[in-house]
Amino acid sequence: MAINLDFPTVWARWPSFLDGATLTLELALMATVFGGTLGTLCAVGRRSRNSTIASLSGAYVEAIRNTPFLVQIFLVYFGLASLGLKLSAFTVAAMALTINVGAYTTEIMRAGFDAIPRGQIEAAEGLALSRFQVYWHIVLLPAMEKVYPSLTSQFVLMMLASSVCSQISAEELTAVANFIQSDTYRAFETYITIAVIYVVLSLVLRAGFWGLGLVLFPRLRRLGTPL
Amino acid sequence: MSDPTAIVSLKDVHKSFGPLKVLDGVSFSVARGEVMAIIGRSGSGKSTALRCIDRFERIDSGTIEVCGHRVDDPQVDLKALRQDIGIVFQSYNLFPHLTVEENITLAPCSVKRVAKAEAKSLARQVLAQVGLEDKLNSYPEQLSGGQQQRAAIARSLAMQPKVMLFDEVTSALDPELTGEVLKVIEALAADGMTMVMVTHEMGFAKGIADRIVFMHRGKVHEAGTAGILSAPATPELAQFVGTGF
Repeated sequence: MAINLDFPTVWARWPSFLDGATLTLELALMATVFGGTLGTLCAVGRRSRNSTIASLSGAYVEAIRNTPFLVQIFLVYFGLASLGLKLSAFTVAAMALTINVGAYTTEIMRAGFDAIPRGQIEAAEGLALSRFQVYWHIVLLPAMEKVYPSLTSQFVLMMLASSVCSQISAEELTAVANFIQSDTYRAFETYITIAVIYVVLSLVLRAGFWGLGLVLFPRLRRLGTPL
Repeated sequence: MSDPTAIVSLKDVHKSFGPLKVLDGVSFSVARGEVMAIIGRSGSGKSTALRCIDRFERIDSGTIEVCGHRVDDPQVDLKALRQDIGIVFQSYNLFPHLTVEENITLAPCSVKRVAKAEAKSLARQVLAQVGLEDKLNSYPEQLSGGQQQRAAIARSLAMQPKVMLFDEVTSALDPELTGEVLKVIEALAADGMTMVMVTHEMGFAKGIADRIVFMHRGKVHEAGTAGILSAPATPELAQFVGTGF
């Protein structure tokens, strides 16, 4: 049994692959920024003394963690459409990814917040810092530093999961591949190609997070020891 | 309050944690420039009394007044209160992600809105006071326990508090490091800083404190000058001093 592989036919479509990869990376970056912010705010919310805010944040996390991502995408896509909102597939995909990764970020950041010793907060309060200043100066970055490897993994996973957005015809990498394989009948070669591209994108993303870490955590950069 | 010279004054303070009565009618006052040592067994309520002064614990009844702030008032201006009080803890609690300089300049810059350059010169000044000028750019983990505690004292001093609270600040240190921290506190006392310290260092308390409060089962059991340590009036203090701790 011989496998007959014909990559040149597939690779001739490289501009499409490049467009798809770019869109995937754009989706991932948007979801990282917005989902990261959303998740951090909800992590603060889950620890709030206000029980309404705390349970709303909790409900959001559980709703997202216990439903499939594809279903979430359809809910956003068809939900907004039935409300009369006509948004591009890209916008819907970015929103769905943000909502999804925001929930996981909430749980990761909450673990980071919980890992900040009570004494740190008391020392800051004793210096007359306000609640917001305590969170901003004393809690946020050390919490993030403690869970940074988990955050990195989660955002890379989210980038890979963006593949599901092909289902609402957002023109990301997998959607591009679906089109190319139906056009060329070279399915195996097409998906091997994007598998390799996804690996490269993951490595790029990890390198990006590593570099961002050096900027965010000067102590780690100088001493190299875990917090 | 009755004593106008008092910087800190507690009157009939009660505090329970659930069914556990921790403070059972505690009263004492500290005058400007006075050094008070609170001693007593573990669980006698001395740390809780100190934490109530900085409102880390809310009291059930009684009054606490610090530099004109009614600490027991639910509406007390915490920001103003805590600018007048400096507190140093047993576990140092330096911010590990910030350099020593950043630890010190954070509160002056963000609470008092002091300009960055001014805060930095303030940092150098308070670090000189505790003998750590060369550690400006070190991170807490690069310092010994004694150095960390001195940096924590410097951090409090940078806010120019009117009274300093020390909560067993040498309990985590070996005798040599304890000595270097106590020297800093002695220098502060000589400068006229008002201080309330919870301590297990009997010799130090005797040497530095203008007044000693011995707490026992949530009450001020005996109070007076350092002389009470040599000539206790109650058997509880005699036993406490006799055992050393």
